[in-house]
Amino acid sequence: MDFGFSEEQNLLREQVLRFMTDACPLSVVRTQNGGLAHELWQKAADLGWLALIVPEAHGGVGLKWIDLAVVLEESGRGLSPLPIVSQALAATAIGRSASDDVKREWLPKIATGEAAFGIGLYDDPTWIDPEGIRLEGVQTLTGTKPYVSDATAATHFLLATRTDGELNLIIVDAKDATLAAQPGIDRTKPFGTATLDGVAPLAAFPMSNGDLAFLTDCGAVAVTLEAIGAAEAVLELTTEYATNRIQFGNPIGRYQGVKHRLADMFVDIESFKSLAYYAAWAIDDAPDELPRAASLAKAYASDAFARIGIDGVGLHGAIGFTAEYDAQLYLKRSKWVRSAFGDADYHYQRAARLGGL
Amino acid sequence: MDFDFTPEEQAFRTEIREFLAENLPPRAERGRGFMGEWLKKVRDKRWVGFSWPEEYGGGSGSLTEQTILKEEMALAGAPPLGTSSMGLAWVGPGIMQYGTDEQKRRFIPDILDSKVNWCTGYSEPNHGSDLAAIQTKAERVGDHYVVNGQKIWTTGAPWADWIILLTRTDFDVERKHDGITCLLVPMNSPGIEVRPIENMAGDRNFAEVFFTDVQVPVENRLGEEGKGWSVTISALANERSSIGEVTQMFAKLESLKNLVRSTNRQGKPAADDPAVHRRIGEFEAKIAAMKYNGLRYLTKQLRGEPLSSETSVNKLHRASLEIEMDDFAVELTGLAGVQLPGSEEAVDGGRWARSSLGWPGVVIGGGTPNIQRNIIAERILGLPKGLIPSRSGRMSYAEP
Ligand SMILES: Cc1cc2nc3c(=O)[nH]c(=O)nc-3n(C[C@H](O)[C@H](O)[C@H](O)COP(=O)(O)OP(=O)(O)OC[C@H]3O[C@@H](n4cnc5c(N)ncnc54)[C@H](O)[C@@H]3O)c2cc1C
Repeated sequence: MDFGFSEEQNLLREQVLRFMTDACPLSVVRTQNGGLAHELWQKAADLGWLALIVPEAHGGVGLKWIDLAVVLEESGRGLSPLPIVSQALAATAIGRSASDDVKREWLPKIATGEAAFGIGLYDDPTWIDPEGIRLEGVQTLTGTKPYVSDATAATHFLLATRTDGELNLIIVDAKDATLAAQPGIDRTKPFGTATLDGVAPLAAFPMSNGDLAFLTDCGAVAVTLEAIGAAEAVLELTTEYATNRIQFGNPIGRYQGVKHRLADMFVDIESFKSLAYYAAWAIDDAPDELPRAASLAKAYASDAFARIGIDGVGLHGAIGFTAEYDAQLYLKRSKWVRSAFGDADYHYQRAARLGGL
Repeated sequence: MDFDFTPEEQAFRTEIREFLAENLPPRAERGRGFMGEWLKKVRDKRWVGFSWPEEYGGGSGSLTEQTILKEEMALAGAPPLGTSSMGLAWVGPGIMQYGTDEQKRRFIPDILDSKVNWCTGYSEPNHGSDLAAIQTKAERVGDHYVVNGQKIWTTGAPWADWIILLTRTDFDVERKHDGITCLLVPMNSPGIEVRPIENMAGDRNFAEVFFTDVQVPVENRLGEEGKGWSVTISALANERSSIGEVTQMFAKLESLKNLVRSTNRQGKPAADDPAVHRRIGEFEAKIAAMKYNGLRYLTKQLRGEPLSSETSVNKLHRASLEIEMDDFAVELTGLAGVQLPGSEEAVDGGRWARSSLGWPGVVIGGGTPNIQRNIIAERILGLPKGLIPSRSGRMSYAEP
């Protein structure tokens, strides 16, 4: 029994942390406009992060989601704008559902970062279900796919479609689609609507309902892992402020209205961290337990991080509301996280159903 | 990262299961003599005081084995492994750490054999959360201490044989934590008077305990004079939340789901109500968080990494679940939910209504939620202490 990270994983964590501090601090994050930061992307590829969960046979490192967890947590801490989550989901989807030919062609490109993936699963923003996928076709496609994640940074899109009630995933070249950027609250998580006009995909393969659920669960776990780092950053920023800001002759952190809220943040972060680590471990090592584990983690984090985002701003007073101060960047991320891959209502109710109700 | 147990640990789990299959009959079939036999059998297995060193009669169980034992006992709904609950929880560990050889010989076996009941005399009428400020006075006279003062909320005092008592031997100290002395006192000592207090559930488990010129031999002092605070702190640290607790809470959640399945609201099954699902989901997430927090902290301990006050995290979850799960059950079942045992309309025999009045033991008894939040904020996050030191920088206690 060992519910902790290995020495290698801790080294990886340090590496990501260094990268975020040196190459991708918030001052750099703020300059991003939704496009792919090529230099940073290349560095991430050189460091092996994009190849982490790609099998060795396809040019990858052959590690697991629990290793990737460390990368996501630390890049979340610095609100990394790199589309690592979408890339990992593409690797997972192709590795799980695609033919050997498709794997041979695409997994190496994912590992090197030559292809940067945007993912479009559900057409309906509030319906996590096969029914929420509407785009039709598999050989030539005409139609639109909204809510494609990391769309403006991507070279390729992995899109879910349906044909006669069957689900497929297709890979299209971003250049073959017309992309309308969808400005969102969190600029580090750019979306777009991809319009296809008689486009022939570069690859297509069927996806079972189970595979769709698995992929969605991986997505939910991934954004929760990023949320751990992000929420800890808010807590650190706010704790420091509460220690130094003097009102009524005392640091505001001496007042329990402030102090207890920070303690509760700690409790919540510790808790969805434990739930998310377990879920990330379950992806590869106990997939039967993934649905329930993912739902518990995502449900807890969705509500808790949203509140942390808001209070992180609020506990700073007016300075928290300024564009210049970083707290607001995390609030924006928290609103994105809450809706990505199912909100707290959805996941709590799903957990109850999976638990026998 | 892995959640597997070693072959030895698995064998231990099997051993416990086999033991339970053989020796734990269903509740309804447990006759009068059952408890006595049970206590003897688990004692023979050295599962009582399982974490204690073998030289004191404990089981020298590793941290992981302790976890397994607690989990299996809770899964089986087994009765406690000993009836000297406070003796096992902190008096025994305190004596092993601070006691003299003579004290160890005298007290430890009786605790393990469930022969004596201990109660805990810490809180006073004016000093609860601020425990270090206690005023009960112990004055050294020859080879005795003479104790005067009052304790309150002393659980089990009406039937306890002994009390672990926190007293003040020095009222002129720089820090209130100094000058405290811990005494082990027979409850039948002349000058002790116990007045039970009825709680809101109608039970009379705790009491006021008055001390009037009670003579306590010096050899009954635990630890050094004036150093009683460290004894207390290390004893309270033993009271960490356990995997057994989590297992019981998962079991309670299952009962709660059964209740949902058998309940209609507004003519429709509660089991189809999304709002009900959401509440059940929230409970499960908190209990699961407690489980995986616990395993993460256990891993830290196994690796020899320092734990700060992280156990307060689970205490806060435990406190809110303790209130909310029963409360949810009572609300779910409407006016039937508020009926107590004895009422024909009572839900599940009044179990939920009754336990909805029991939370203070958990929520207040072991340090209130506000105090847990202070601990997290000050010890883990490093926020400034709440109390502003008095101007002289010196705290002085008037003699009572
Ligand atoms: C069922 C039960 C069994 C018990 N058994 C025992 C026992 O066997 N032996 C024993 O010694 N004691 C026992 N206690 C007492 C228990 O330890 C105390 O009740 C507890 O420490 C709180 O003290 P208090 O009741 O004096 O409340 P107070 O300390 O007066 O607190 C009152 C309220 O003020 C809040 N508060 C206090 N200080 C602060 C602060 N600094 N910041 C923010 N809020 C604060 C508290 O959270 C609480 O809500 C028992 C209590 C209960 C309910």
